[in-house]
Amino acid sequence: MIEFLANLGRSGLHWLSVLGRASMFLFRVLRAQDAVVRRYRLTLAELYSVGVRSLLIIAVSGLFVGMVLGYQGYITLVKFGAAEALGGAVALSLVRELGPVVTALLFAGRAGSALTAEIGLMKTTEQLSAMEMMAVDPYRRVFAPRFFAGFLSMPLLAAIFSAVGVMGGYIVGVGLLGVDSGSYFSQMQAVTDWREDVVSGVIKSIVFGFVVTWIAIFQGFDAEPTSEGISRATTQTVVISALAVLGLDFILTGLMFT
Amino acid sequence: MNDERVADTPHVVVEDLVFRRGRKVIFDGLSLTVPRGRVTTVMGPSGTGKTTLLRLIGGQLRPDSGRIWVDGEEVARLSTRRLYALRKRMGMLFQTGALLTDMNVFENVAFPLREHTDLPEELIRNLVLMKLEAVGLRAARDLSPAQLSGGMARRVALARAIALDPDMILYDEPFAGLDPITMGQIVTLIQRTNRTLGLTSVLVTHDVVEAMDISDQVVLIAEGRVMDAGTVEHVRAGASAWSEQFLGGRPDGPVPFHYPGDSYRDDLMRGRESGND
Amino acid sequence: MKLRYLEVSVGLFVLLGIAALFYLAIQVSNIAEYRDRDTYEVIAYFDHIGGLKVRAPVTVSGVRIGRVSRIAYDPERFQARVTLAIQSGTDFLPADTQASIFTAGLLGEQYIALEPGGDFESLAQGDEILFTQSALVLENMIGRVLTNFSSD
Repeated sequence: MIEFLANLGRSGLHWLSVLGRASMFLFRVLRAQDAVVRRYRLTLAELYSVGVRSLLIIAVSGLFVGMVLGYQGYITLVKFGAAEALGGAVALSLVRELGPVVTALLFAGRAGSALTAEIGLMKTTEQLSAMEMMAVDPYRRVFAPRFFAGFLSMPLLAAIFSAVGVMGGYIVGVGLLGVDSGSYFSQMQAVTDWREDVVSGVIKSIVFGFVVTWIAIFQGFDAEPTSEGISRATTQTVVISALAVLGLDFILTGLMFT
Repeated sequence: MNDERVADTPHVVVEDLVFRRGRKVIFDGLSLTVPRGRVTTVMGPSGTGKTTLLRLIGGQLRPDSGRIWVDGEEVARLSTRRLYALRKRMGMLFQTGALLTDMNVFENVAFPLREHTDLPEELIRNLVLMKLEAVGLRAARDLSPAQLSGGMARRVALARAIALDPDMILYDEPFAGLDPITMGQIVTLIQRTNRTLGLTSVLVTHDVVEAMDISDQVVLIAEGRVMDAGTVEHVRAGASAWSEQFLGGRPDGPVPFHYPGDSYRDDLMRGRESGND
Repeated sequence: MKLRYLEVSVGLFVLLGIAALFYLAIQVSNIAEYRDRDTYEVIAYFDHIGGLKVRAPVTVSGVRIGRVSRIAYDPERFQARVTLAIQSGTDFLPADTQASIFTAGLLGEQYIALEPGGDFESLAQGDEILFTQSALVLENMIGRVLTNFSSD
């Protein structure tokens, strides 16, 4: 029992110190954000590797999730004779929850892990150290553009996910199952509120983008400079990001959709 | 300050340096001076914090106490901007080369120029080719760092370190893990760079023979202190039992072969006692 | 060349993202309602609003002309105070218009239907709809039917 408590305390202290270091790191990254504009070419390159290269997996996943929603929603709604409500059901679940959350989870797996591995490798091979010795600030040169790219990409990707998902629901609901095209969209517009649903979903994805990118970059920066260290950090990025996204989703949902 | 006085003052002064990592004391009152325009080699057994010393000189680490001056400026007290200005006059060659993996050889050498100057592209190209020619890798400019051997990577890193024409270069284990030919090339390069550019060079290594050949001054460190310092001849003459053991590469002596602990006999006896329980 | 490719693809990505947001706004959600900010508000008091919610549609002859913008309880009148935001294009509702709470479909949400009266004066900002009909509460109806049966 004592042993258990001691372990609990130890791991609590450990995570507290990690959180402290991560906050310091975040503060410095945010302070270096002027580099995002001044070194826009670097930012562009990061937007490419973080955003553009995540586009395909996000769009394809969005399409399939939308199609499944269309199918499952139809099966449930048709029992109540309310198949016309399909559009609303699909749009609300995508815009409020699935869009931001699934995008964030995919993003953590696709771009987050890549960011961690890249930065971890730069640390292990002393590239970050070498930059410092060449009087180049890694916060400006490496971390700030990556952070900004992740932060900006997430809401855009989530919007694309939701939009493609709505079309996927349309393909299945209207194209295959014969729901009326007009009522699909009019029902959707009737129940989906711009501010309460769409904007809240965007706010969620902005928060997720911030948190997931922060976790990914910090894990790389804080990785033990060995190959096991990098692999552990990469796994941790995905695990911690997933937990953080799901936990934050619960909190944000409670705050915004009262 | 006029030029003569500058030439007389030492380039780096380390005074009474104390540095700890956690509970482990790395340096315990270390003092040394690095004369300007010469090759100074810091030697010592592995794990004595030689690389740490370079990082302290470069301002990447802060001493727990004691002071380090580079070019008359106290490193630990500089603001970030002044420190970065100082680092531009300082090149560092990392053990692995530490080339930026997302750029080819040319871009790696161009990196400090692009970061710190607004030179036109044509001039940058000329400068980079000049530096690459100096290390004999002009033709390898389009290769990526992954395609380079260890020795080549180190030569590219050297070209990068001299890109901004620094006053001083810090070499971290420049000879580690190289075959004899490459090692010879690196030795010649260090010597040549030092002579032609009039640089101050600080080498950190445990490769005795190669380092002795090119050094003007040798500093032997162990257990966080300077064991011996002086010209190559002075140190080679065997100033102390310790330096004799180190330079001669003898397995036992003042530095014991066995990791410190209780006696072997006691250890064996204890095993028997616990076996009886 | 390489930079050009980066610029173009990142530009396309950002455009695509913004287009998706526009799509969500215009095709998926009701931003159209936010766009015509020009509405005027009238107030109606109901004894019972049933399951009426904020944002529920307000219709005339089944055509949507506005929405419920606020629901509150008036402690002085012991009634529910419902504020209706009506598009200013529909400014010809007679002052004796009647407001009723109806249910759309079996499971559908509740909405407010307006039936125009014959008055020459029109409803304007801040006016009160005097004639209202509360929502039908299923339990009350069943209870009434049962008492009718038992009294027979």
